[in-house]
Amino acid sequence: MSDDTSIIDIGTVAGTPAVGPGRMPDKERKAPWWLWTAALLVLAPVTVTIVALFLRALGASSTVWETLLSLRTLQLAGRSFLLTALVTVSAVAIGVAGSWILTRTDIRRKGLWGVAFSLPLVIPSYVIAMTLISSGGPRGIFADMTGIPLPHIRGLIGAWITLTLSTYPYVFLITSAAMHRTDPALEEAARGLGSNAGRTFRTIVLPQLRPAIGASALLVALYTLSDFGSVSLMRLDVFTRAIYAQYSGRLDRTPAIVLSIVLMVIAGIVIWSEQRARGREALFSSKPTRPPAIHRMSRSQRAGATGFLASVIGLGAALPVAVLVGWAAQGVATGDGLFLSWSAITGSLSGAALAALLAMAAAVPIVVLSVRYRSRKTVWLERSVLFVFSLPHLTIAIAVVAFTVRYTRPVYQSLLVLVVVYAAIFLAQVTGPARASLLQIDPTLGDASRSLGHGTFGTMMRVTVPMISKGLLAGGALVFVTTLKELPVTLLLAPTGFTTLAVRIWAAADELLYARAASSALLLIAISVVPIYYLTIRPKEAISS
Amino acid sequence: MIFIRQRRTSGLVATIAVALALVATACSSGDENALTIYSGRSEDLVQPLIDQFTDETGIEVTVRYAGSADLAATILEEGERSPADLFYAQDPASLGSVALAGLFTELDADVIAAVPQRFSDTSGRWAGVSGRARVVVYDSATIDPAILPESEDGFTDSEWAGRVGIAPTNGSFLSFVAAKILADGEDATLTWLEAMKANSSPTYAKNSPIVAAVNAGEIDAGLVNHYYLLRALAENPNETGRNSFFAIPTAGSLVMPSGIGMLETSQNKDAAAQFIRFLHTTAAQEYFAEETFEYPLVPGIPANEQLPAIDTIPTPTIDLSNLASVLDRATDLVAEAGLI
Repeated sequence: MSDDTSIIDIGTVAGTPAVGPGRMPDKERKAPWWLWTAALLVLAPVTVTIVALFLRALGASSTVWETLLSLRTLQLAGRSFLLTALVTVSAVAIGVAGSWILTRTDIRRKGLWGVAFSLPLVIPSYVIAMTLISSGGPRGIFADMTGIPLPHIRGLIGAWITLTLSTYPYVFLITSAAMHRTDPALEEAARGLGSNAGRTFRTIVLPQLRPAIGASALLVALYTLSDFGSVSLMRLDVFTRAIYAQYSGRLDRTPAIVLSIVLMVIAGIVIWSEQRARGREALFSSKPTRPPAIHRMSRSQRAGATGFLASVIGLGAALPVAVLVGWAAQGVATGDGLFLSWSAITGSLSGAALAALLAMAAAVPIVVLSVRYRSRKTVWLERSVLFVFSLPHLTIAIAVVAFTVRYTRPVYQSLLVLVVVYAAIFLAQVTGPARASLLQIDPTLGDASRSLGHGTFGTMMRVTVPMISKGLLAGGALVFVTTLKELPVTLLLAPTGFTTLAVRIWAAADELLYARAASSALLLIAISVVPIYYLTIRPKEAISS
Repeated sequence: MIFIRQRRTSGLVATIAVALALVATACSSGDENALTIYSGRSEDLVQPLIDQFTDETGIEVTVRYAGSADLAATILEEGERSPADLFYAQDPASLGSVALAGLFTELDADVIAAVPQRFSDTSGRWAGVSGRARVVVYDSATIDPAILPESEDGFTDSEWAGRVGIAPTNGSFLSFVAAKILADGEDATLTWLEAMKANSSPTYAKNSPIVAAVNAGEIDAGLVNHYYLLRALAENPNETGRNSFFAIPTAGSLVMPSGIGMLETSQNKDAAAQFIRFLHTTAAQEYFAEETFEYPLVPGIPANEQLPAIDTIPTPTIDLSNLASVLDRATDLVAEAGLI
């Protein structure tokens, strides 16, 4: 059995409208105007401000370009590419392996493992970097405890480990959701025809997961490109460092903005390659009728799987949490208060919850347009979602400040603008999983709904949204936990006096008040566990019920 | 089943609608009489002082906390529409840029006179509040302080290759480079930066990781602000890092003030002036000495006992009011030397 024969091909290639079985004729597929309006409601305000900022920068003198587009800039771009490639490959490997173990084997306590395996996602990457740095070296925590000095963890290796740990949960969560949706009948047929577990995974499961893996790999790659906190702690010279250096070192924002444009070009190449690699996209029956066949592991396989999960969790979650607890305890012991503030907790919760809801609402029309009404325009719609995700948050924040203070003064520094910007920045985290869900749904269901008298809107609300609700909720939960960690946009756009736990961590860590930083970080992690629990436990229950 | 899901969907839509309506109505709230401060100094250090101010005067204060350079850029974007009454910054460069744009009002002479002239703007547009000295932090487990060079220029010697940490993208380092331009000229500054690069000086994002790296034995020395080490020692007295001031007047041991300026567009200038005066009270100045390990700038208030008196530090004659005008040049030179 080859890779291609088991799936129903709808022949969609990125950038070209699809024709094939299960598709409506072209003239009926013109998207209604309100769908476009809804799709642009959240995205457009943010993209407009960014374009306005870029136009202003492009009007600047040409000397700016000369100094910036130097050999050194190219070196930095090359290093950013290398780091992005390394992190993406390792994050996909770890994420897919974890989701296979936790959905397709008989390992015990899946729920607990699932939550723990997702946990690094909610730990800010600079916290992971900080704990790795303080563990290594002859005077590090590891040497203190065991007497064996680890080498100093830093540079490319350090940034690679840190970013892999903070991004593999994207792959794990999104592919796990997709694995729950795949039809076990195909896998059983393959097993019945004599294919072993590995071969079945390679030839049946993996191709079905391709949209989910592609979407999550893209999130990983773009996250890596835009990250500043952990690469700067690991002292790796990459592109974002040059951008932040220009921001902190001069009042003229033009050079930093020009460099942001260069970063966007790099992101564009990443996005383009993912869309090329998508190639043919597949359509599947959307509702598994029964749980998938479970691979029974031998004793040694079980030991290997447990060891794998435990060591990843150990580095990505247990170590940071242990170090944070140690710092908090040290602070309490020396009489320093923990300085937990209610306003930071309520600020974090309200900002993140509103952003998640808004992003989920905004993702529906975008995903419907990009999958059901695919055209050149919708490809650009999808791309702009990804571009916004790939930009350094500081660039976006400055663009929005510059625009809103001039043209929309009444909402300047308001919660409304803050939440819209949060939602737009993290929109890709909803459209990714939601798109993967929608691709697995037969479009003829929509036709059936329309033939029964429902309009496009009725069909979207009654058929599409319920069927992709798991993907939407998964994306919403991702937006919630990443908004909790967000910093530059919060600092520059929030109403004056509004504060969050991430702001508290930043402020305290900047002053070396580790006990205070640690207690806020632990609280942030505790809050994030709720949606993570929902993400990892609920799909399983839904399947087995 | 589908019926239940429908209800769930419309429930979700309703939730979003209600939530967004709440957000929209929440936008217009806010106390008109409160003093609005943009603070580049962190909440952990400043908020206790602000609470004390409110207790004493009854004046409500709302504060926007972010990086000094980010807030300066924000004020420049806002221009005359700025909602801020005061800008309280970590460094003279951020304050100077707002002053250069003409957005600060001139402060009363007695406010400026409260601290020595070299720590405030020469045209009286911002006043110094507390002092932060540039120093060398070194690892006392491996380094005898007697072998430290007499100025930062000595660190370009090959015996220091790979051993001295710097934070070339950090605001405090760039302010130091700007000061070095004012003290030694552009050519000498560029030569020094290039030599530090050629000497493979390890680069860090900020001051605090340099201090941590010295304490961890990763590097032997680093160029930082003085108070990071004192805070690390307060948390763990066993750390081996120590501070050293250079022996000759040089930008490498300059005391740079944090400072505050009042926006021309402030509608609340009396309360704002009251806050600046409050920062110069003995209580507030002692708070800086004890809690943040900075130098009090008001004469007669002693610094932390671990520090040499501010008058004993060799100081080059530099007008800090001019720092902002050479900051961009400093960044150019750091980039030209290949350190960014």
